[in-house]
Amino acid sequence: MTNTLTMDKPDVRNRLDAMAQGIIGAPLDRPEGPLKVVGTATYASEWQLPDMAYGVFARATVPAGKVASIDREAVLAMPGVLAIHDDPRMLVNPAQGGAGKKPLQDIREIHYFGQTVALVVAETFEQATAAAKALKVEYAAPDDASVFDPESSAATVEHGPDTQRVQTGDLDKAMADAAFSVDVTYTTAGHASAAMEPHASIASWQGDQLTLRGSLQMLNYNVAELADSLAVGQSQVRILSPYVGGGFGSKLGVGEDSVAAAIASRELGRPVRVDMSRQQVFETVMRRSETRQRLRLAARADGVLTGIGHECLVSNLPGEQYAEPVTQATEFLYGGENRMLSVDVARIVRLCAGSVRAPGEAVGMQALESAMDELAEKVGIDPVELRKRNIPAIDPSQGTPYSSNTLAKCLDAGAARFGWDQRQTQTCATREGEWWIGMGVASAARVHKLVEASARVTLASDGTVKVETDMTDIGTGTYAVLGQIAGEMLGTPIEKVSVCLGDSALPAGPGSGGSWGAASSGSAVFLACEQIRQALAKKFQGDEEALSLKDGIARLGEASAMVVDLVAGKPIVGEGTIKPGETSKATRQASYGAFFAEVAVNAYTGETRVRRMTGAFGIGRVLNEKTATSQCYGGMTWSIGSALTEELAFDLRDGHLVNHDLAEYHVPVNLDVPALEVVFVEERDPHASPIQAKGVGELGICGGAGAIANAIYNACGVRVRDFPMTLDKIIGGLPD
Amino acid sequence: MKAFTYARAGSTADAVAADAMKIAGGTNLLDLMKLEVEVPRRLVDINRLPLAAIEPAGGGLRIGAVVRNSDLAADIRVRRDYAVLSKALLAGASGQLRNKATTGGNLCQRTRCGYFTDTAMPCNKREPGSGCQAIGGFNRIHAILGASDACIATYPGDMAVAMSALDAVVEIEGTAGSRSVAVRDFHRLPGNTPERDNVLEADDLITAVTLPAPVPGRHAYRKVRDRSSYAFALVSIAAVVEMDAGRIASASLAFGGLAHKPWHDPAIAEILIGKAPSKALFDKAADVLLAGAQGQGANDFKIPLARRTLHAVLAELTGETA
Repeated sequence: MTNTLTMDKPDVRNRLDAMAQGIIGAPLDRPEGPLKVVGTATYASEWQLPDMAYGVFARATVPAGKVASIDREAVLAMPGVLAIHDDPRMLVNPAQGGAGKKPLQDIREIHYFGQTVALVVAETFEQATAAAKALKVEYAAPDDASVFDPESSAATVEHGPDTQRVQTGDLDKAMADAAFSVDVTYTTAGHASAAMEPHASIASWQGDQLTLRGSLQMLNYNVAELADSLAVGQSQVRILSPYVGGGFGSKLGVGEDSVAAAIASRELGRPVRVDMSRQQVFETVMRRSETRQRLRLAARADGVLTGIGHECLVSNLPGEQYAEPVTQATEFLYGGENRMLSVDVARIVRLCAGSVRAPGEAVGMQALESAMDELAEKVGIDPVELRKRNIPAIDPSQGTPYSSNTLAKCLDAGAARFGWDQRQTQTCATREGEWWIGMGVASAARVHKLVEASARVTLASDGTVKVETDMTDIGTGTYAVLGQIAGEMLGTPIEKVSVCLGDSALPAGPGSGGSWGAASSGSAVFLACEQIRQALAKKFQGDEEALSLKDGIARLGEASAMVVDLVAGKPIVGEGTIKPGETSKATRQASYGAFFAEVAVNAYTGETRVRRMTGAFGIGRVLNEKTATSQCYGGMTWSIGSALTEELAFDLRDGHLVNHDLAEYHVPVNLDVPALEVVFVEERDPHASPIQAKGVGELGICGGAGAIANAIYNACGVRVRDFPMTLDKIIGGLPD
Repeated sequence: MKAFTYARAGSTADAVAADAMKIAGGTNLLDLMKLEVEVPRRLVDINRLPLAAIEPAGGGLRIGAVVRNSDLAADIRVRRDYAVLSKALLAGASGQLRNKATTGGNLCQRTRCGYFTDTAMPCNKREPGSGCQAIGGFNRIHAILGASDACIATYPGDMAVAMSALDAVVEIEGTAGSRSVAVRDFHRLPGNTPERDNVLEADDLITAVTLPAPVPGRHAYRKVRDRSSYAFALVSIAAVVEMDAGRIASASLAFGGLAHKPWHDPAIAEILIGKAPSKALFDKAADVLLAGAQGQGANDFKIPLARRTLHAVLAELTGETA
C-alpha cells in the first residue's frame, strides 16, 4: 500500500535532519553529468530507430486566414518525400503547462504568423527540410482585420482571471493622503525560453501502443494531452524523456512536434522523427507576454506603505486562458491596507503566450522593485530599510500567516556579503574612467506550490537502492537530489543509489515546472523511503523513528544488522504519494531572497555591464548545495538578460517575430555575466513539505532585473522604466 | 537545404572557372543555405588553395584570402603595426567562428537584416523588386547613412571597417584576369541594386588583401552593441590617430553598423588634422559624419550614439577628455 501524506498540517518532525547518512544538502555532483559531457545522454532527437522517417514543418507566411490549398503533387514528387500531413488533430500551439488536455487544434486555420501548416515527411531530414520549404500553400484571407499591437486602441482588452484580482480599501484616497507616493508605469518586453535543445519528438507505434520520445517537462500531464489530442486512450501512450536540454516552461505542454510525429508514424507505419528548427521553436512555442505595469505606492512619512497598486496589461491570442500572472508576488510581499491588483489581457495575433521561467514574478517583481527604489529615494531612506519596514506580519491579501518568511534575513545577509554599506546615496557619485558605477538592491519572491507526486523506491537484496518516478530532470539536478533523499533516508552511500526518471510508465510525478519539482517529487521519495524504513524497523520489532541507517548498517536501540541481511533476498519496495492539503490554504507559502548588483554604465555609450551580483535566498531546506546554487546562478543570469538584453521583437504590421534566432534574440553571453555570489539563508519550512524544502528554480530571476535597474539609476541618474534597458534608453539621460 | 554539388578547387584558376559559389570557412554561407537565402547549385571549396600566408609586401602586408580570422588577429606584425585590425577581428563573432572564418569570406559576409534572412518576407536584396519590409518594420540594426528606398541593410562586419581605416586593397582574380580594388570601394551602397553587396562579379575570387605600410599613431576599434560579445555592431569605429605637439597630426577613421558598407569619409579626417583636440572639434567631426544621417524609427538612436561613440574614441586617442 502506498504511503500517502496529504499536507494538512505542518510536518514538524523534521525527519531528514534526524538521519545518519549525512548526504542530504551536500554539494554532490549530478550523476548524469558525465553522460551529458561525453554525449551519451540520449536526447529526444538522438535516438536511432530502425526504418525511421523524418518530418519537418512548413510554416504559415500569413498571420491569419485559412489554408485554401496546398500544392501536394509538386512536393510529393521531390526526392524521398513520403507524405504531407495536415490532419485536423495537429496542434496550433503547445498545451499550456499542466493543462492535461488537448490545446487548440486544426492547423488549416491560421492563428498567427509562423504557425505550422503541414508536416512534410521524407526519407532523410534534409529531404524533408527542402520539401517543407518548397511546399506552396495558398491562403484565404480572414474576414476581419487582425490586431498585432497590444497597445493599439483596436485591441480587445479583457479582464484576466478573477483569482489575480485584488481590491481592498481605497487606493485613490491612500495615494491622495500619502506623505510620499509613486505612480509610475513600467513596461517589459516579451521573452523566449530559448532552451538549448530545440523541440523534437520521435513517435513509434507497436499496434495500438504509441511510444513517444520527446523533450518534455511534465510527463503525467503530457500523456493526457497527447492522448486527448490524438483521440486515443491514455493507456495507449507512453512518453520517454529521460534527458531534457533545458525547458524553462517551453516544454511544459505537449507541442506540435509530438502530435504530428504520432499522426505521421501511425499513417506511415514506421517511426517518425520531427525536429523543430531554432526559428520554429521561437515562432511556435510559448512566448512570455510583454507587460505594461502601472505601479502605485502610497506611503507614510516613515516609508510604511498604506497602499499598493499593480495594474497590468499583458497579451495573448483570442480565446487563450493564460494570462501572465504579473502581480503574483505583489499580493503578499509588502503591506498596505489599500490594494488594487489586476491583470488585463489584450487579444492580439502573435504566437501563443504561456509559461516562461517564473511566470508572473519574473517580470512583475522587477517593476515592483524598481518602483520601491523610487519610493525609497522620495522617502529618503535606505532602500533595504524601506523593504524591511514593509514586511507584513501576515499575508495582507489573504490574511493568512506566512509558512515562513526570510525576506528580512535575506536582505541582511545579502547586504553584509555584498558590502551594501559602500553604496553612495547620491547618484553619479562614483566614476571610473568612462564608467559610472552604482549599486542597487531588490527583493526576491516566488510562490511555493506543492503538487501531487508519487514515487517508488526499491531496496534491492544487494543493498542498492533504485528510485523511480516519471519526474523529469531538465538540467535542474533532479537525478542528484532524489538520489540524495533516498540515500539519506535508507543509509545508502550515493554510489549505490540509482534514479530512473522521464518514463511515463513510472509512478506519476509533478513534472518540472513552477519550481515545485524537487520539493514535491522529493517528498514522494521521502514517503516511499519511510515505508521501507518501517519494514526494516519491523524486523527489529521496533519503531521506524528509532531506526538508524548508515552505510548499509541498521541500528535500533542495542540491536544492529547489515541491511542486506535484513532484506534477506527479498527486495523491499516502498511507494510514496504526497498531496497538497490544508497547509497551502492556511499559510502563504513562498521562497524569498534579496539581490544586490553593482553595475558600470558607460558615460559615452550608455552600455551597461553588471560588475558583480549577490543573491541571498531562503528556500527552505537546501537539498543539494551545488545544484541549488546552480539554479540560482541560472536564475540570476536570466535576470541579467531580462534587465539588459532579452526582447522578442515583433513586426507590428503582421505580428511576425523578427528576431527568431539566438543571433538576434540576445541571451546574456559569458562576458555579460560576472562572478555571481549565492548565499543561502538556512531554514526549515514544515508547512511547505515533509522534507521542509521549497522551490528554488525560478527564484533567482524574480526581482534581479530590478536590482540592476536600481543600480543603473544609482550609477548615472537615469531611471529606465522599459525593460530591457538597452543603451538607447539610457544615452538620452546621461549627464554631460 | 537544397541539394548542391561540391568540388574542391585545385587552383585559383579552377575556382574562377568553376561557375560555382566559393566556400571557405562557410560560417555565413552555410547558415544562409540552411535558410535557403542562398541556394547555390554548386560549391567550390577554396580552403586548400595556397592563399593562407601573411607576407610582407610593398612595405605593408599581403594577407591571403583564406587566412583565418584567429590567425590574422594573432599575427605579431598585425598586432604591432595594425593593431586596429587585430582589435576589430577579436571584436567579431566568437572564438570558434574566428577559427573558421577567412579574410576573403569575412569581406563577403552578408547583412543580418531579419527580413533578408526570412524567405517569407519581401526583400530587394534577396529577391530584387519584391520590396523592403525593414522600412517601417523592426529596424534597430539598420542603416542611418547611405540607405535607399530599396534597402536599409547594413554591412555587419568588423574586419572590413578596420581595413577601410587602414586603406587596404582587395586583390581579385576573375575571368578577365586580376585586378585590385580599395576596400573603401569594395562594398557598395544599395541604391536600386541592393542585391549586390560589393563589386565582385559572379566568377570573381578574392585572393588577398594588402595593407599599406604602417602609419604612426594610436589605434582603436570601438564596437558598441547590445551585449558584451557575440552581437553585431550598432555602431563601431576604427581609428588611427597620431598626435604631435598637442595637435592631431594624422587621422584615419571608418565606421561600421551605420551603412551598407564600412563608412569612410575623408572630410572627417580633414576637420581633425592640424587642430588641437577639443569637444567642440569632435562635435564638428560628428557633424560631418552625420550630415546626411536618416533614422528609420527603431534605429534613430544610432545618430546620437554614433556622435557619442566618436567622442569616446577621439577622447581616448587624443587624451582630450575635458
